[in-house]
Amino acid sequence: MSAFIAGYLVQDGLASGALYTLLALAIVLVFALTRVVLIPQGEFVSYAALTYALLIERRTPGTILILLLLIVLTIAVEAGRGLLRGGLRTRLVAALRASVLPLAAAALAYGASLVALPAIAYALVAVVLVAAMGPLLYRLVYEPIAHASVLVLLIVSVALHLVLVELGLFVFGPGGARTEPLIGWSLSLGGVPVAAQSLAIYATSALVVLVLYVLSERTLYGKALRAAAINATGARLMGISAAMAGRIAFLLAAIIGAITGVLVSSVTMIYYDTGFLLGLKGFVAAIMGGLISYPLAAVGAIGLGVMESFAAYFASAFKEAIVFSLIIPILFWRSLATFRLTDDEE
Amino acid sequence: MTGQPPLLLSCRGLTVSYGKMAAVRGVDLDIRQGEVVTIVGPNGAGKTSLLSALMGLLPCTGAVSYFGGAAGAPPPVETLVAQGVALIPETRELFGPMSVEDNLRLGAFDRWRRGARDLDAMLADVYATFPRLGERRRQEAGTLSGGERQMLAMGRALMGRPRLLMMDEPSLGLAPLIIKEIFRLIASLRERNVAILLVEQNARAALRIADHGYVMETGEFVLQGPTADLIRNDRVIETYLGIAGAEPPPDGR
Ligand SMILES: Nc1ncnc2c1ncn2[C@@H]1O[C@H](COP(=O)(O)OP(=O)(O)OP(=O)(O)O)[C@@H](O)[C@H]1O
Ligand SMILES: [Mg+2]
Repeated sequence: MSAFIAGYLVQDGLASGALYTLLALAIVLVFALTRVVLIPQGEFVSYAALTYALLIERRTPGTILILLLLIVLTIAVEAGRGLLRGGLRTRLVAALRASVLPLAAAALAYGASLVALPAIAYALVAVVLVAAMGPLLYRLVYEPIAHASVLVLLIVSVALHLVLVELGLFVFGPGGARTEPLIGWSLSLGGVPVAAQSLAIYATSALVVLVLYVLSERTLYGKALRAAAINATGARLMGISAAMAGRIAFLLAAIIGAITGVLVSSVTMIYYDTGFLLGLKGFVAAIMGGLISYPLAAVGAIGLGVMESFAAYFASAFKEAIVFSLIIPILFWRSLATFRLTDDEE
Repeated sequence: MTGQPPLLLSCRGLTVSYGKMAAVRGVDLDIRQGEVVTIVGPNGAGKTSLLSALMGLLPCTGAVSYFGGAAGAPPPVETLVAQGVALIPETRELFGPMSVEDNLRLGAFDRWRRGARDLDAMLADVYATFPRLGERRRQEAGTLSGGERQMLAMGRALMGRPRLLMMDEPSLGLAPLIIKEIFRLIASLRERNVAILLVEQNARAALRIADHGYVMETGEFVLQGPTADLIRNDRVIETYLGIAGAEPPPDGR
């Protein structure tokens, strides 16, 4: 293999790695704050990618329908709880308040589908629309069972994933979509052609990571979230509720997933269920970081992307098989490392 | 008595159970504005359980009313924090990997979220009260000494400007000089009209500073009254203050 091909494979792998990094960070974040293994992370990706593609074609995305469904369910569930356990008024007020921004997002997306806008504006609208689903999903699905075991939460995640995939099939249909890169040209780095879209992916991912870092280190809300992950009881005593932390975690996860979706739609064909495979790789990377370490998850994600790129070159038909089986020894090694860690702590 | 300050907390028949075992059994307790109330009692009496229940951290039965509101089960912690109730738990519950200053700022998180922007002034106040914290503002909370940790827990609670502050053994394991400092702080908080519910092993100091005291044994209040009376009570003297109010034992307890 020539250095040229290797260089090309590396830059391609880095782009996938950057996307997996985003997904892995979201999964670690959600797990740290809610103990939920967010299997449906990939659905945020598919939804945003397909929404973006539809908006570009000036068609009304069915995502709006899903969002409206979530809003109606939220209000109905709160009303039902209010009738059964009392406090109907406050519950309804809370549910309506939680619905205002998602409704605005739905209206925005509908409006955007009617007018001609630059692609980047559609991308933003798609992100906003999908982001609105995050907190609603947490409220509806996870908040009532916040104290359940990790296993129960995981099973619920799988169920939610299946439901969301079915909903995706229902509103988007079985067809795939691919979008034009926001930036078309490419340049040559040391003789290796690098698509500007890859650079855009690196840059956007780096920006997202940077923003997350600044939010968590420099803002009181970010610190509150870290505090909630470190010590839930201590955080509650400061008025940082688990529900608030969970909703913000899901909002961030949905935003990150949606951004990934918009980016990935210009690289590969996206179907209603493609997100799952991407999310799975993010998950594997997150596991490499023990589901707790952001930097290790990022390293794992980038390694995974590069590994995959080389696997695709040597035996493209077995790409996924190679990637997932290479993961087994790594996970084995990781679990040994984790055991040693817990031994030390004892 | 007439013209008493308003009741900030009033609980009736409060019971906390762990499975079948009741750790707190039908306790009645009142705290008025600007009052220091203390609960003394031996290990395992149920003091910590009582405070946790009053803070909404533990499920319980009985009726509690805060700030003259409706009596019922205690609302969730977050609601109480927003109303100005704070607890310094026995286990402190600090954010270990975060800096001292971040821990303190988070103490004001709830007020900050509702628009308060006096965090820097409050921080300066806390550092003035506990200069040790100021010297170590960048240090991780988890690496503080036991005493510094207590100061941080207290400073963090003060950042929330509570109207009713519950403290679980604030002097535990502290040097006598710092204990003195903490009791001085309690006195100054009372002057600022903060009501304090103080659980202490150091019964002598607690009874000296408090207005009203409860003696708790195996989940029940066995004695209560103005501290002036309790200090002269034979049973209290014998069990908690040492024979006939003599000097404290050599180890300071
Ligand atoms: N989580 C728990 N599960 C079961 N029993 C508990 C639990 N927490 C406390 N207890 C029991 O309840 C009783 C009261 O405990 P609590 O911590 O309230 O006592 P305390 O008065 O604060 O004691 P100390 O002065 O030692 O702090 C004890 O017998 C204790 O063993
Ligand atoms: Mg205790």
